[in-house]
Amino acid sequence: MTGILEFVVLAFILIGAFFSLVAAIGVVRLPDVYTRNHAASKSATLGVMFILIGTFLYFAAEGHTNTRLILAIVFIFLTSPVGGHLINRAAYYTGVNMWDQSVRDDLREKVGYGKRKSPEDTGGKIS
Amino acid sequence: MAFQIVLNLFIAFVWMFLKVSYDPSTFLIGYLLGLGMIFLMRRFFPSRFYLHNVLAVIYLTLLFLYELLKANISVVKIVLKPKLDFHPGIFAYETELKKDWEITLLSNLITLTPGTLVVDVFEENGKNILYIHAIHVPDVEEAVNGIKNTFEKAILEVSR
Repeated sequence: MTGILEFVVLAFILIGAFFSLVAAIGVVRLPDVYTRNHAASKSATLGVMFILIGTFLYFAAEGHTNTRLILAIVFIFLTSPVGGHLINRAAYYTGVNMWDQSVRDDLREKVGYGKRKSPEDTGGKIS
Repeated sequence: MAFQIVLNLFIAFVWMFLKVSYDPSTFLIGYLLGLGMIFLMRRFFPSRFYLHNVLAVIYLTLLFLYELLKANISVVKIVLKPKLDFHPGIFAYETELKKDWEITLLSNLITLTPGTLVVDVFEENGKNILYIHAIHVPDVEEAVNGIKNTFEKAILEVSR
């Protein structure tokens, strides 16, 4: 294993770990389901992808080309935005309120929920 | 488009039978010859030369990866900023795309672009409307419309 490749693998795995850490911090720090989903569905995807690419390069340099890792990257890439969308949609239809700093909600006019509170009248509480 | 690919594979096999040699290099030569033939005969097909579609798919994949990287950098900025001074919201976006797979692809692309997440999709008198949760409404909306015009164009380029 050459020196340069070692650094590339190291960089990939560290960047992946960093993105995963930021996703975890985002899930703790952000105020409501929808904004947390932003962090979870984007950063976690790229973090796992980077770690898998780093692992693939490491073993490819040692002489084992493991195509399952490539398949895993493709599957994560395809499924994680769909997962984020479904969680968001389920949260919206079970009446989870948005953060009080939210400014507009076009979907409310369309769906017309009576008991849902708009961002304007929750008065600073996140339920 | 699929018909042209099948035809090209067929020409490659015919070339293998003509040469009476069955190794991958003969197949490749036959495939390239078939590509040339289909290019010369492109006026007789109802759809356009299929290499255009292949290039459009590659362009879309690269766009996808680039946007994913940009989205992550913006998420890192939002999460690690000491003050939470963004204003989220849900806005409606009307799309020109018609087929189900195109809309699925566009929703996936939007979900992976900076600051946007698809909440729901409705069909209303022939138009499909995407409801998108944006993490910062005031400045994102203009930029997002621009980005999505490039996405929509790229997807239309694939499906045409």
